Amino acid sequence: MSSTSSAAVTAPVTAAAGASPAPRVTTRRRSHIRKRLELLLLLGPATILFVAFVFMPLIAASYYSLFDWNGFGPLTDFVGLDNYTKALTDPLFQGAIGHNLFIVFASLLVQLPLSIALALLLHGRIRGRTALRLLVFTPYVLSEAVTAVIWLSLLQPHGVIDGLLENAGLGGLVQLWLADQNIVMFTLFAVVTWKYIGFGIILFLAGLQGVPEELREAAAIDGATPWQTTRLVVLPLLGPTIRIWIFLSIIGSLQLFDLVWIMTLGGPAGASTTMASYLIDRGFRRYEFGFGSAVAIILFVFCFVFALFYQRFALRRDTQGALTGRVE
Amino acid sequence: MNTRSIRKYGAFGAVAIVTLGALSGCGSSGDEAGGKTTLTFWHNGTADPLLGIWQDAVDEYEDAHPNITIDVVPIQNEDFQTKIPLALSSDNPPDIYFNQGGGLLATQVQSGQVADISDLTSDWIGDLGAAAGNWAVDGVQYGVPYASQVVGFWYRTDLFEDAGITTPPTTITELNDAVDKLKSAGIAPIAVGGKDRWPDAFYYNTFAVRECGEDALKKGLAEADLSDECFTKAGQDVIDFIATEPFQDGFNGTPAQQGAGSSAGLVANGKAAMELQGTWDKGVMQGLTDTELDPLLGWFPFPAVEGGAGDPTATLGGGDGFSCTQEHAKECVDFLKFLSGDDIQTKLVESQVVAIPVKAAAAATISDPVIKSVYDFNSEAAYVQTYFDIALPTGVGSALNDAVANLFAGKGTAASVGEAVAAAN
Repeated sequence: MSSTSSAAVTAPVTAAAGASPAPRVTTRRRSHIRKRLELLLLLGPATILFVAFVFMPLIAASYYSLFDWNGFGPLTDFVGLDNYTKALTDPLFQGAIGHNLFIVFASLLVQLPLSIALALLLHGRIRGRTALRLLVFTPYVLSEAVTAVIWLSLLQPHGVIDGLLENAGLGGLVQLWLADQNIVMFTLFAVVTWKYIGFGIILFLAGLQGVPEELREAAAIDGATPWQTTRLVVLPLLGPTIRIWIFLSIIGSLQLFDLVWIMTLGGPAGASTTMASYLIDRGFRRYEFGFGSAVAIILFVFCFVFALFYQRFALRRDTQGALTGRVE
Repeated sequence: MNTRSIRKYGAFGAVAIVTLGALSGCGSSGDEAGGKTTLTFWHNGTADPLLGIWQDAVDEYEDAHPNITIDVVPIQNEDFQTKIPLALSSDNPPDIYFNQGGGLLATQVQSGQVADISDLTSDWIGDLGAAAGNWAVDGVQYGVPYASQVVGFWYRTDLFEDAGITTPPTTITELNDAVDKLKSAGIAPIAVGGKDRWPDAFYYNTFAVRECGEDALKKGLAEADLSDECFTKAGQDVIDFIATEPFQDGFNGTPAQQGAGSSAGLVANGKAAMELQGTWDKGVMQGLTDTELDPLLGWFPFPAVEGGAGDPTATLGGGDGFSCTQEHAKECVDFLKFLSGDDIQTKLVESQVVAIPVKAAAAATISDPVIKSVYDFNSEAAYVQTYFDIALPTGVGSALNDAVANLFAGKGTAASVGEAVAAAN
């Protein structure tokens, strides 16, 4: 690949250089070409990856989604938008969307305040701060698959979690964590929270570093209580970080897959199916690749539309640097 | 368009060219260098003893055939589901790959990549008996089995004794009785891996084998139409059976084969007394415990259902085998013939990976009395019905498993499995 790329890169350079008539222009041109070359080198790899692994699959999937196709043989059975209507009217898929939205809102309501609170706590001068920071960040370092396997075994009936609860005298709280259709989404949410809370905390700690100490001092001199300082000075300045966290959290919640697939396969009876697990289930377990592609496109549109609107309305101020311009 | 934007597009074009170059580089394959043929061999023996047996077989075969190199790729069983469709839609599928025959193979044949090996195997495929029929689609041979399997109850003889059960149940009434006795002895009677869904389907499938006459059963599966009353009865049997609460706590969240908390692990570690599973389960269980299971495990066939039209000696089962793809079909078949030879069949039996070899000569070497009883049951069975999810086209088969799993989770009616199959077809 490297030889191909250098050949393709040099070709336009020599062509452009050969066409240059006067020395003065050459210098200007040369810096121009340098700039182009730089751009090409810097953008090239990313563009290749983007085209090969995002853009082309997207085009291919939208094409497949118009066919009733089991993945084998040619695409012959054109069904138009049938796959889309079939997906959107399937109660199981509607349930899956509901489960994704549950994770989205539960994350906003529980994880956001929790990670801000913990970040504020860990930002202050407390003993063993570094150790504590490391500790809360550890789960985030684990891959989702490893997390899922660990929690799957911990949550088995009569397993470690049940044992801990019983020993703490809380035996009454023991549930069929993964087998009860009414409980399973809460269990999964708890694991998601355990896994991602550390990421939020680190993000907010970084945001807190950027809150100037002078402002706190000034607030203190003006007689603000610590709570007032936090609420009226620190939190507003943390705004950009909060907005970017919300963005990442929602996109992540919409795409939730690994944990679900390993811990429950979307069961029991579809009680923990997410859009992504539904898509893999239909595509790869049932060999309905046309239908699966339609679901994939729906999931993509979901995330894409959300991302566009969020960028447009929530992140615009931050990206323009109107407030602080600190968060990139 | 000014020069700026022309340059911009020029740069973009160059990037696109590089991209295409990089992409086209992915498709090529090194092959047939210096008169040597390289075969890619995908199997599901990711753990010993099967892993070692296949590797030894390949080494031996390569020694005898210097012009053949076999590139062995062990793949986790569940991953075949995702890897095979992708491989068969690519230009570079494996030459030899594991599959389980039936409707799954029929679906794969639609790719046009699976080789018709009828002529290449006609001299010897008959030696493998009825098992080979599961690798034929409309009379055309598309694969070669190396093992057969049947589904029945594995049980812990020690726990049965503790509960005061003297003989394995032969009817559903006796099974219910045994379940009661085990419960009052404080033992979880039956483990089932409900999370994985296919173990749930074994109950529906075997109840249907007991409720349906052979003709109704074969016709229903061939046409993917389970509207016959016997299938509804089987659905009701499943619902009634679940209502007796025979399963371990939280069975809808239990995996089938992974870890000590799986259904196989529960039986292996004496936490549950029975499991309805295929013949391979003994090997799986032994892998999940340090206790020597040979003296502790017994086996009995799915009990007779009173009033059912099915032959009580009929059973649910299937097999494991390999198929070939077009490019090196001839070399592949020669290798498969070697694999189904008495020698390797005997090794499979001796290591207890395979309970029911496809070669009678290898069966003679079975020493374990329990395995022997499984083998004899299979030999004397009125017929062996392939697992429904494998017998049906893949999408329909998975829909059936899902519908049965829903019954286990308390969702659905006696007819809902048939309805799900009709909807998916």
